[in-house]
Amino acid sequence: MQRHFDDELKELLKDILKMAALTQESIFKSTEALKSRDRAQAQEVISHDNAIDELELAIDERCIDLIARYQPMAGDLRFISTGMKINADLERIADLSVDISERVLELVDKPLLKPLIDIPKLSVIAQNMVHDSIDAFVNKNVDLAKKVVLSDPEADKLRNLVQDELINDYMSVDPKTADRAVPLLLIARHLERICDHATNIAEDVVYLVEARVVKHHPEAL
Amino acid sequence: MVKIVTSNLNLWYSGFQALKNVCVSLQEKKITAIIGPSGCGKSTLLRVFNRMNDLVEGIKMGGEVLIDGKNILDQKIDLVALRKNVGMVFQRPNPFPLSIFENVVFGLRIHGFAQSKENVYRVVEESLRSVLLWDELKDRLHESAMDLSLEQKQRLCIARLIAVKPDILLMDEPCSSLDPQATARIEELMRELKANYTIVIVTHNMQQAARISDDTGFMLLGELVEFGKTENVFTAPKDKRTEDYITGRYG
Repeated sequence: MQRHFDDELKELLKDILKMAALTQESIFKSTEALKSRDRAQAQEVISHDNAIDELELAIDERCIDLIARYQPMAGDLRFISTGMKINADLERIADLSVDISERVLELVDKPLLKPLIDIPKLSVIAQNMVHDSIDAFVNKNVDLAKKVVLSDPEADKLRNLVQDELINDYMSVDPKTADRAVPLLLIARHLERICDHATNIAEDVVYLVEARVVKHHPEAL
Repeated sequence: MVKIVTSNLNLWYSGFQALKNVCVSLQEKKITAIIGPSGCGKSTLLRVFNRMNDLVEGIKMGGEVLIDGKNILDQKIDLVALRKNVGMVFQRPNPFPLSIFENVVFGLRIHGFAQSKENVYRVVEESLRSVLLWDELKDRLHESAMDLSLEQKQRLCIARLIAVKPDILLMDEPCSSLDPQATARIEELMRELKANYTIVIVTHNMQQAARISDDTGFMLLGELVEFGKTENVFTAPKDKRTEDYITGRYG
């Protein structure tokens, strides 16, 4: 049977995809701003965050409205509840991109401490994880969602590598490097947190498709 | 603890098979909801539990239905005792055109329970209290039950059942003629009654089934398609037919 509700759910999906596109653009631009030491691009990420915040509120409102009017059940209920969680994760990812951009602004007028190698690598992992988690959501692809969850330890490893290098090779040797090392250390931390949010999204996809909770239960994956 | 068990329950109305191999266990002092589209057999199943279907001409049943371990499809079963033990509430409240008091004690009288006047009054008070009507009606006991509101009439019908101390309450769309507030109050009453009675409710209102029941069964074309914990059936049904029905895609 054709349902008007399906059209409403499609509109919700469109909004979430728009949110995902804006968020992915923020991650990309914040890392590009770091690599090219581009103040304007970093500022653009910061100023665009308001639009993402507004969209987050609109999606939340749409979800609450759908729950109130349709009292969804089963797959519909899982889709809306997952959509709400993904919306919150995407908004946090956008905030972390703003955090990265703010660190870029702190660094932009100072000489580069070291060539950037691992942080751009970590950024690529983060961008891929976010992209794949959203792809898994749209296509209800549990295998892709699992792949995202399983790639999170790689991001943690890379973050630790950056952290160890900055502390042991720079800050311990010359504490005066701290004002340039700490922002890089934080950027690595922000990127790793983005990967955590992508992992959350992927775990929610498993719940959406298979009604199984794998969050906090990696053995259930 | 299991209260009602059906095994390979089949039922035919003349040539039409209304129940097909229904196998289910209903738990004691829980609320079990049976949902499904019109004509799926849910009311038929409910009526098996106190043999109400026996009144239909050309009916044939097969299989087994155990209540407290006793097969109620046995021809030798005492139907009066069964219907005292397994009471039924209908869609539209059906009080007798008698006083509120006489409605409550009606069951006592037809079952021939010899009671002292004090005991009869005690049963009336207890029964009306258990459906939360006593405070409202204690000064109007000898007024006609026909003057009550629909919700009060439905509560009175439940009190009338309770007076004869059944174990099981069958409810066939008990709120379908009530407004949302009265429905909410009957649902609260059902939650209270669950402490002492096993309740089986048939409802078209899926939100109602989701709100009040512990277990839910979904029926389609005489078959019990799915049965499980209510929270599981409504969030993650196992069968696509259940999913299609509860999400409004069926039909």
